[in-house]
Amino acid sequence: MDTIINAFFNIDIMRQAAPLLLKGAWVTLQLCAVVIVLGISGGLTLGLLASSKNAAVRLPAFLFIDFFRAIPPLILLILIYAGLPFIGIRVPPFVAVCIAFLLNNSAYFAEIFRSGIKSVSRGQTEAARASGLSPAQTQAFVILPQAVRNVLPDLLSNVVEIVKLTSIASVVSLTELLYSANMARAVTYNSSPLVMAALMYLVVLWPLVRVISRFQRGLSISS
Amino acid sequence: MDFGNVFLNPDIIATYMPQMIRAVWVTIWISVLVVISGLALGAFLAGLRAYQKRWLAWPIVLFADLMRALPPLVLMLILFFGLPSLGVILSDWFVLYLVLTLVLAAFVEEIFWATLTSLPRGQWEAGAATGLSFNQVLVNVIFPQAVRTNIPQLVNRSLTISKMTAYGSVIGVKEIVSVAGSAQAFSGSATPLTMAAIAYLIIFFPAMLLSRYVENRFQYDH
Amino acid sequence: MSAPQPLPTLEITALEKRFGDTQVLRSIDLKVANGELVFVIGPSGSGKSTMLRCCNRLEEPTSGAIHVNGKPMLGITRRDLDRMRLQVGMVFQGFFLYPHLSVLKNVTLAQRKALKRPAAEADARALEMLDKVGLKHKASAMPGELSGGQQQRVAIARALALDPKVMLFDEPTSALDPELVGSVLKVMRDLREGGMTMIVVSHEMQFAREAADRVVFMDGGVIVEQGTPSEIFGNPRSERLRAFLSRVSGEAA
Ligand SMILES: Nc1ncnc2c1ncn2[C@@H]1O[C@H](COP(=O)(O)OP(=O)(O)OP(=O)(O)O)[C@@H](O)[C@H]1O
Ligand SMILES: [Mg+2]
Repeated sequence: MDTIINAFFNIDIMRQAAPLLLKGAWVTLQLCAVVIVLGISGGLTLGLLASSKNAAVRLPAFLFIDFFRAIPPLILLILIYAGLPFIGIRVPPFVAVCIAFLLNNSAYFAEIFRSGIKSVSRGQTEAARASGLSPAQTQAFVILPQAVRNVLPDLLSNVVEIVKLTSIASVVSLTELLYSANMARAVTYNSSPLVMAALMYLVVLWPLVRVISRFQRGLSISS
Repeated sequence: MDFGNVFLNPDIIATYMPQMIRAVWVTIWISVLVVISGLALGAFLAGLRAYQKRWLAWPIVLFADLMRALPPLVLMLILFFGLPSLGVILSDWFVLYLVLTLVLAAFVEEIFWATLTSLPRGQWEAGAATGLSFNQVLVNVIFPQAVRTNIPQLVNRSLTISKMTAYGSVIGVKEIVSVAGSAQAFSGSATPLTMAAIAYLIIFFPAMLLSRYVENRFQYDH
Repeated sequence: MSAPQPLPTLEITALEKRFGDTQVLRSIDLKVANGELVFVIGPSGSGKSTMLRCCNRLEEPTSGAIHVNGKPMLGITRRDLDRMRLQVGMVFQGFFLYPHLSVLKNVTLAQRKALKRPAAEADARALEMLDKVGLKHKASAMPGELSGGQQQRVAIARALALDPKVMLFDEPTSALDPELVGSVLKVMRDLREGGMTMIVVSHEMQFAREAADRVVFMDGGVIVEQGTPSEIFGNPRSERLRAFLSRVSGEAA
């Protein structure tokens, strides 16, 4: 028991590592704010394109979505961070992460928005158009609000996935939470900083995960 | 600067192809193992939870919450660097396999559980009324329906987590990313990275199309 | 000297059921003889479904006793309960066919798993029962492809295939479109001719007049009155029954 506490829950080491980890957590938070906004904007645009009646618009959108859903975000990130310098473009880690996340998250959000839009019945479009709304107004005021409501749990769980995913930024030496914790582990030869990072992720994500479970159950009962 | 020569240099491709093919196999077989054991474990846990015993349900919910809330990479680092200090040494690929299996199982458990609780009570009762035991109803009546309604979700989740085999590179599993990474460092060329991306496309792009097909095919008609 | 009383096929003795504070059934006594059709009527919430569901313990009685062919349903192991439930067939208002299994598989599942019948025998028995309800030609269809009336007849075949001693029907036609009710009632009538012991909760008063041996009127969790159809419908004694009948006939008119 003592060895377990010493190896994973060493308070002294955690106290030492705390300032570093808090700094890392702050970077993670900033990163999350940026990539979630980017992902939702990109995903919404792409989702609307993928819902288009015009195949010349729809098919490229689908291709983009499936392409970036097929590639693991980690290799995408490495390709951008380590690959671009070969053609003379050097980007800081934070920017590399943002680009990789934009491409990956947009594809995932787009799928969610698309299925939300699909879940709104055709009658809604027809009723809105019949009442004199333009196609853009119909989307903005009638279809999208309903679509978003229908896929709210999926949007939320994708946000959780993205927050977890920001931990891969450690691979390109961005000093976010996991990178800082792993640094501290290497310096102290003790895994407690990693456990501490895990606890920090939990503080934010556990409540969200609970909410998602509630959501899922509520939805499947009402349907 | 020659874009093609940087990202798709034929000599480099030829040099690293054999290693890359081996790495692809590693990725594929770890993925397959993870999917099989994750689905099985998740279904098993949801089944246990159906017994409505508090002392069973509680740890299962806790497990599912933790595995869904923690970044898999954090779990892998804790197991890989932490366990040796307890005298438990797990090989790199086993840590990767174990963590991804547990994560997939957590999601699968939640997916199944949502359905188990939402199937009409009449399905349970019809089974019980014909003399089927609780276990028999669970296995023959409830689970087949839960699988059917959730195939798109199960496929998507399995694919997402299979792609996380890329995290193995962080602890030294000789899968696609780690082979590409060291080849890139060694050769001083971006080509191995492109090869890695293409390898993933070859594996997962058809899988994406499959998941689209499955989604349309199993759209619920109720 | 009186002839020895034959053993009732189903015997409910001093049955009580409470949900928390609400007493839903109080001291219910009911004996159903072999081959008898007992028809149960009563206002909504009077406890008709609860009584039926207590008979195979889909609902757990608070106290009392249930016997099927003299054997107890209560105070037995889970194993024995599963076995006893085979003797009590149940048909629900909502059919509850298994949507993922074909019609034939719906009828063979419990035969195979609970009765442990060999596949060939279970198939043969299923086809025989499906024939009885007029749906042999639908054996390979999926439940979703059938009308409500057809689904309910499959549900009846599913219960019958287990050779139950008694069949319980809980509003078997209430969820059906009017034009489909007849086909289900016909199957029930055939069953009765065949000598099946049945308890039927239903609002089909015409069917009760023609087919029932005895009509039981429940209200507020007790059996208020029982008798032959002509006694109950032609000469109701209690005020509550009279009020109920006039309300029902008012709705029907
Ligand atoms: N699971 C339950 N928990 C609490 N109360 C219940 C439950 N099931 C039934 N009741 C109550 O028991 C009473 C009897 O219900 P029951 O379903 O047996 O009536 P019923 O005669 O079948 O009515 P109906 O004609 O509407 O089917 C009702 O007041 C009902 O609200
Ligand atoms: Mg009822």
